[in-house]
Amino acid sequence: MQTQAIGTINWFKFASPQSFYPLAGAMIPWFAWSAGLLCAAGLYVGFFVAPTDHQQGEAYRIIFIHVPAAWMSMFIYVVMAFWAGVGLVFNTRLSHMMATALAPTGALFTFLALWTGSLWGKPTWGTWWVWDARLTSELILLFLYFGFMALQAAIDEPRRADRAGAVLALVGVVNIPIIYFSVQWWNTLHQGASVSLTGAPTMAATMLTGMLLMALAAWMYSIAASLHRVRSIILERERGADWIAQGRVSP
Amino acid sequence: MSWSSLNEFLAMGGYALYVWGSYAVAAGLIAVEVIMLIQRRRHALKAAKIPAGDAP
Repeated sequence: MQTQAIGTINWFKFASPQSFYPLAGAMIPWFAWSAGLLCAAGLYVGFFVAPTDHQQGEAYRIIFIHVPAAWMSMFIYVVMAFWAGVGLVFNTRLSHMMATALAPTGALFTFLALWTGSLWGKPTWGTWWVWDARLTSELILLFLYFGFMALQAAIDEPRRADRAGAVLALVGVVNIPIIYFSVQWWNTLHQGASVSLTGAPTMAATMLTGMLLMALAAWMYSIAASLHRVRSIILERERGADWIAQGRVSP
Repeated sequence: MSWSSLNEFLAMGGYALYVWGSYAVAAGLIAVEVIMLIQRRRHALKAAKIPAGDAP
Protein backbone atom coordinates (compact mmCIF):
# COMPACT_ATOMS: atom_id res chain seq x y z
CA MET A 1 0.00 0.00 0.00
CA GLN A 2 1.25 3.37 -0.96
CA THR A 3 0.45 5.11 2.27
CA GLN A 4 2.45 2.58 4.25
CA ALA A 5 5.33 2.83 1.80
CA ILE A 6 5.75 6.48 2.69
CA GLY A 7 5.61 5.80 6.38
CA THR A 8 2.13 6.63 7.58
CA ILE A 9 0.40 4.57 10.20
CA ASN A 10 -3.02 4.10 8.67
CA TRP A 11 -5.13 4.36 11.83
CA PHE A 12 -8.04 5.85 10.06
CA LYS A 13 -8.47 6.22 6.38
CA PHE A 14 -8.42 9.99 6.57
CA ALA A 15 -5.23 10.17 8.59
CA SER A 16 -3.39 9.97 5.28
CA PRO A 17 -2.90 13.27 3.46
CA GLN A 18 -3.91 11.64 0.17
CA SER A 19 -7.36 10.68 1.47
CA PHE A 20 -7.82 13.81 3.52
CA TYR A 21 -7.02 16.21 0.69
CA PRO A 22 -10.20 15.63 -1.36
CA LEU A 23 -12.34 15.29 1.77
CA ALA A 24 -11.15 18.69 3.01
CA GLY A 25 -11.75 20.13 -0.44
CA ALA A 26 -15.34 18.90 -0.42
CA MET A 27 -15.99 20.35 3.05
CA ILE A 28 -14.57 23.85 2.49
CA PRO A 29 -17.53 25.34 0.54
CA TRP A 30 -20.01 24.17 3.19
CA PHE A 31 -18.08 25.76 6.04
CA ALA A 32 -17.34 28.91 4.04
CA TRP A 33 -20.99 29.44 3.10
CA SER A 34 -22.13 28.74 6.66
CA ALA A 35 -19.62 31.30 7.90
CA GLY A 36 -20.91 33.93 5.49
CA LEU A 37 -24.57 33.33 6.27
CA LEU A 38 -24.06 33.16 10.05
CA CYS A 39 -21.97 36.32 9.96
CA ALA A 40 -24.67 38.17 8.00
CA ALA A 41 -27.33 36.98 10.46
CA GLY A 42 -25.14 37.84 13.45
CA LEU A 43 -24.40 41.35 12.18
CA TYR A 44 -28.09 41.90 11.46
CA VAL A 45 -29.11 40.85 14.97
CA GLY A 46 -26.16 42.71 16.49
CA PHE A 47 -26.80 46.04 14.80
CA PHE A 48 -30.53 46.08 14.05
CA VAL A 49 -32.26 43.87 16.62
CA ALA A 50 -30.18 44.11 19.80
CA PRO A 51 -31.06 47.20 21.83
CA THR A 52 -28.75 49.97 22.99
CA ASP A 53 -27.02 49.09 26.26
CA HIS A 54 -28.22 51.32 29.06
CA GLN A 55 -24.74 51.60 30.59
CA GLN A 56 -22.35 51.57 27.65
CA GLY A 57 -24.56 53.01 24.90
CA GLU A 58 -23.57 51.77 21.45
CA ALA A 59 -19.96 51.05 22.40
CA TYR A 60 -21.00 47.62 23.64
CA ARG A 61 -21.66 46.51 20.03
CA ILE A 62 -17.94 45.70 19.86
CA ILE A 63 -18.94 42.60 21.84
CA PHE A 64 -20.20 40.88 18.68
CA ILE A 65 -16.68 40.74 17.33
CA HIS A 66 -14.63 40.82 20.56
CA VAL A 67 -16.07 37.83 22.39
CA PRO A 68 -16.17 35.46 19.37
CA ALA A 69 -12.58 36.47 18.52
CA ALA A 70 -11.44 35.88 22.10
CA TRP A 71 -13.18 32.49 22.28
CA MET A 72 -11.67 31.39 18.97
CA SER A 73 -8.21 32.58 19.99
CA MET A 74 -8.24 30.18 22.95
CA PHE A 75 -10.13 27.35 21.29
CA ILE A 76 -7.94 27.26 18.18
CA TYR A 77 -4.88 27.07 20.42
CA VAL A 78 -6.28 24.07 22.26
CA VAL A 79 -7.11 22.32 18.97
CA MET A 80 -3.66 23.19 17.63
CA ALA A 81 -1.98 21.77 20.73
CA PHE A 82 -4.20 18.67 20.48
CA TRP A 83 -3.09 17.94 16.90
CA ALA A 84 0.50 18.71 17.84
CA GLY A 85 0.22 16.19 20.69
CA VAL A 86 -1.37 13.56 18.43
CA GLY A 87 1.42 14.17 15.94
CA LEU A 88 4.10 13.68 18.60
CA VAL A 89 2.56 10.49 19.97
CA PHE A 90 1.52 8.77 16.75
CA ASN A 91 4.01 10.42 14.41
CA THR A 92 1.27 11.21 11.89
CA ARG A 93 2.21 13.85 9.34
CA LEU A 94 -1.33 15.08 8.83
CA SER A 95 -1.74 15.92 12.54
CA HIS A 96 1.30 18.18 12.44
CA MET A 97 0.04 19.74 9.22
CA MET A 98 -3.29 20.50 10.93
CA ALA A 99 -1.47 22.16 13.83
CA THR A 100 0.58 24.23 11.39
CA ALA A 101 -2.53 25.17 9.41
CA LEU A 102 -4.40 26.39 12.50
CA ALA A 103 -1.73 28.75 13.83
CA PRO A 104 -2.17 31.76 11.50
CA THR A 105 -5.95 31.79 11.94
CA GLY A 106 -5.51 31.52 15.71
CA ALA A 107 -3.05 34.40 15.67
CA LEU A 108 -5.52 36.44 13.61
CA PHE A 109 -8.31 35.97 16.15
CA THR A 110 -5.95 36.67 19.06
CA PHE A 111 -4.89 39.93 17.48
CA LEU A 112 -8.53 40.83 16.83
CA ALA A 113 -9.47 40.08 20.44
CA LEU A 114 -6.70 42.42 21.62
CA TRP A 115 -7.45 45.10 19.04
CA THR A 116 -11.20 45.20 19.63
CA GLY A 117 -10.63 44.96 23.38
CA SER A 118 -8.38 47.99 23.20
CA LEU A 119 -10.99 49.94 21.23
CA TRP A 120 -13.60 48.89 23.75
CA GLY A 121 -11.41 49.68 26.74
CA LYS A 122 -10.79 53.28 25.74
CA PRO A 123 -14.42 54.51 25.96
CA THR A 124 -15.43 52.25 28.88
CA TRP A 125 -12.30 52.07 31.08
CA GLY A 126 -10.60 55.24 29.86
CA THR A 127 -7.48 53.43 28.66
CA TRP A 128 -6.36 51.53 25.57
CA TRP A 129 -4.32 49.05 27.55
CA VAL A 130 -3.56 47.92 31.10
CA TRP A 131 -1.09 45.26 32.17
CA ASP A 132 -3.70 43.24 33.99
CA ALA A 133 -3.96 39.46 34.07
CA ARG A 134 -6.54 38.95 31.31
CA LEU A 135 -4.95 41.33 28.82
CA THR A 136 -1.39 40.24 29.51
CA SER A 137 -2.14 36.53 29.25
CA GLU A 138 -3.98 37.12 25.95
CA LEU A 139 -0.93 39.01 24.66
CA ILE A 140 1.24 36.05 25.69
CA LEU A 141 -1.11 33.86 23.63
CA LEU A 142 -0.39 36.03 20.59
CA PHE A 143 3.35 35.60 21.19
CA LEU A 144 2.87 31.83 21.54
CA TYR A 145 1.23 31.71 18.10
CA PHE A 146 3.99 33.87 16.63
CA GLY A 147 6.63 31.76 18.37
CA PHE A 148 5.10 28.54 17.01
CA MET A 149 5.05 29.90 13.47
CA ALA A 150 8.54 31.40 13.69
CA LEU A 151 10.03 28.22 15.15
CA GLN A 152 8.53 26.06 12.41
CA ALA A 153 9.64 28.51 9.75
CA ALA A 154 13.18 28.58 11.14
CA ILE A 155 13.75 24.82 10.87
CA ASP A 156 14.32 23.57 7.33
CA GLU A 157 13.65 19.90 7.91
CA PRO A 158 9.83 19.59 8.10
CA ARG A 159 9.68 16.68 10.54
CA ARG A 160 12.03 18.37 12.99
CA ALA A 161 10.10 21.61 12.59
CA ASP A 162 6.90 19.67 13.34
CA ARG A 163 8.27 18.18 16.54
CA ALA A 164 9.84 21.39 17.82
CA GLY A 165 6.63 23.32 17.13
CA ALA A 166 4.56 20.61 18.79
CA VAL A 167 6.59 20.80 22.01
CA LEU A 168 6.19 24.58 22.08
CA ALA A 169 2.44 24.30 21.42
CA LEU A 170 2.01 21.76 24.22
CA VAL A 171 4.01 23.76 26.76
CA GLY A 172 2.07 26.90 25.86
CA VAL A 173 -1.28 25.25 26.50
CA VAL A 174 -0.81 26.03 30.21
CA ASN A 175 -1.57 29.65 29.29
CA ILE A 176 -5.13 28.84 28.22
CA PRO A 177 -6.63 28.19 31.69
CA ILE A 178 -4.67 31.21 32.91
CA ILE A 179 -6.44 33.40 30.34
CA TYR A 180 -9.81 31.85 31.00
CA PHE A 181 -9.73 32.03 34.80
CA SER A 182 -7.65 35.22 35.06
CA VAL A 183 -10.74 37.30 35.77
CA GLN A 184 -11.51 35.10 38.77
CA TRP A 185 -8.00 34.50 40.08
CA TRP A 186 -6.81 38.09 39.97
CA ASN A 187 -8.35 41.44 40.57
CA THR A 188 -8.58 42.76 37.02
CA LEU A 189 -10.18 45.58 35.10
CA HIS A 190 -11.65 43.07 32.69
CA GLN A 191 -15.17 41.96 33.60
CA GLY A 192 -16.00 38.36 34.44
CA ALA A 193 -17.70 36.00 32.02
CA SER A 194 -21.19 37.06 30.92
CA VAL A 195 -21.87 33.60 29.57
CA SER A 196 -21.05 30.39 31.41
CA LEU A 197 -22.04 26.77 31.14
CA THR A 198 -23.52 26.69 34.62
CA GLY A 199 -25.41 29.93 35.14
CA ALA A 200 -27.91 31.96 33.13
CA PRO A 201 -26.27 34.59 30.87
CA THR A 202 -26.25 38.08 32.33
CA MET A 203 -27.18 39.84 29.12
CA ALA A 204 -30.25 40.56 26.99
CA ALA A 205 -31.45 37.63 24.90
CA THR A 206 -31.03 39.42 21.57
CA MET A 207 -27.50 40.51 22.48
CA LEU A 208 -26.68 36.92 23.36
CA THR A 209 -28.21 35.67 20.10
CA GLY A 210 -26.11 38.09 18.05
CA MET A 211 -22.99 37.09 19.92
CA LEU A 212 -23.60 33.37 19.52
CA LEU A 213 -24.34 33.76 15.78
CA MET A 214 -21.06 35.62 15.34
CA ALA A 215 -19.24 32.98 17.40
CA LEU A 216 -20.65 30.22 15.17
CA ALA A 217 -19.61 32.23 12.10
CA ALA A 218 -16.08 32.49 13.53
CA TRP A 219 -16.06 28.71 14.05
CA MET A 220 -17.14 27.99 10.50
CA TYR A 221 -14.66 30.50 9.11
CA SER A 222 -11.81 29.00 11.14
CA ILE A 223 -12.61 25.49 9.94
CA ALA A 224 -12.85 26.61 6.31
CA ALA A 225 -9.63 28.63 6.51
CA SER A 226 -7.59 25.91 8.20
CA LEU A 227 -8.87 23.19 5.85
CA HIS A 228 -7.93 25.42 2.93
CA ARG A 229 -4.48 26.03 4.39
CA VAL A 230 -3.87 22.37 5.22
CA ARG A 231 -4.55 21.46 1.57
CA SER A 232 -1.84 23.89 0.48
CA ILE A 233 0.51 22.45 3.11
CA ILE A 234 -0.22 18.92 1.84
CA LEU A 235 0.61 20.03 -1.72
CA GLU A 236 3.81 21.73 -0.54
CA ARG A 237 5.07 18.83 1.54
CA GLU A 238 3.89 15.85 -0.46
CA ARG A 239 4.96 17.30 -3.77
CA GLY A 240 7.07 14.26 -4.57
CA ALA A 241 4.38 11.72 -3.72
CA ASP A 242 2.96 9.72 -6.64
CA TRP A 243 -0.61 10.89 -6.21
CA ILE A 244 0.40 14.52 -6.63
CA ALA A 245 3.17 13.99 -9.17
CA GLN A 246 0.79 12.02 -11.39
CA GLY A 247 -1.85 14.70 -11.08
CA ARG A 248 -4.32 12.56 -9.14
CA VAL A 249 -5.26 15.44 -6.87
CA SER A 250 -8.78 15.90 -8.09
CA PRO A 251 -11.48 16.03 -7.05
CA MET B 1 -34.18 48.92 15.76
CA SER B 2 -32.21 51.70 17.47
CA TRP B 3 -31.63 53.88 14.41
CA SER B 4 -33.86 56.41 12.70
CA SER B 5 -31.38 57.44 10.01
CA LEU B 6 -28.21 56.28 8.30
CA ASN B 7 -26.24 59.09 9.93
CA GLU B 8 -27.39 58.01 13.34
CA PHE B 9 -26.33 54.45 12.54
CA LEU B 10 -22.90 55.57 11.36
CA ALA B 11 -22.43 57.80 14.40
CA MET B 12 -22.96 54.81 16.79
CA GLY B 13 -24.05 57.14 19.58
CA GLY B 14 -20.69 58.91 19.52
CA TYR B 15 -18.66 55.67 19.55
CA ALA B 16 -18.15 55.45 15.76
CA LEU B 17 -14.34 55.37 15.99
CA TYR B 18 -14.35 52.48 18.44
CA VAL B 19 -17.15 50.40 16.93
CA TRP B 20 -16.24 50.87 13.26
CA GLY B 21 -12.54 50.71 14.10
CA SER B 22 -13.15 47.22 15.47
CA TYR B 23 -15.27 45.97 12.58
CA ALA B 24 -13.14 47.55 9.85
CA VAL B 25 -9.91 46.00 11.11
CA ALA B 26 -11.61 42.62 11.60
CA ALA B 27 -13.03 42.67 8.06
CA GLY B 28 -9.72 43.90 6.65
CA LEU B 29 -7.58 41.26 8.33
CA ILE B 30 -9.96 38.45 7.38
CA ALA B 31 -9.84 39.68 3.78
CA VAL B 32 -6.03 39.65 3.95
CA GLU B 33 -6.06 36.09 5.29
CA VAL B 34 -8.39 34.91 2.51
CA ILE B 35 -6.13 36.52 -0.13
CA MET B 36 -3.05 34.91 1.45
CA LEU B 37 -4.80 31.52 1.49
CA ILE B 38 -5.63 31.79 -2.22
CA GLN B 39 -2.07 32.88 -3.07
CA ARG B 40 -0.52 30.09 -1.06
CA ARG B 41 -2.65 27.53 -2.88
CA ARG B 42 -1.75 29.04 -6.23
CA HIS B 43 1.96 28.81 -5.38
CA ALA B 44 1.60 25.27 -4.07
CA LEU B 45 -0.15 24.12 -7.24
CA LYS B 46 2.48 25.81 -9.38
CA ALA B 47 5.34 24.25 -7.45
CA ALA B 48 3.71 20.82 -7.76
CA LYS B 49 3.34 21.51 -11.49
CA ILE B 50 -0.41 21.10 -11.46
CA PRO B 51 -2.23 23.37 -13.91
CA ALA B 52 -4.70 25.52 -11.97
CA GLY B 53 -7.52 24.34 -14.23
CA ASP B 54 -6.91 20.70 -13.34
CA ALA B 55 -7.16 20.99 -9.58
CA PRO B 56 -10.29 21.98 -7.71
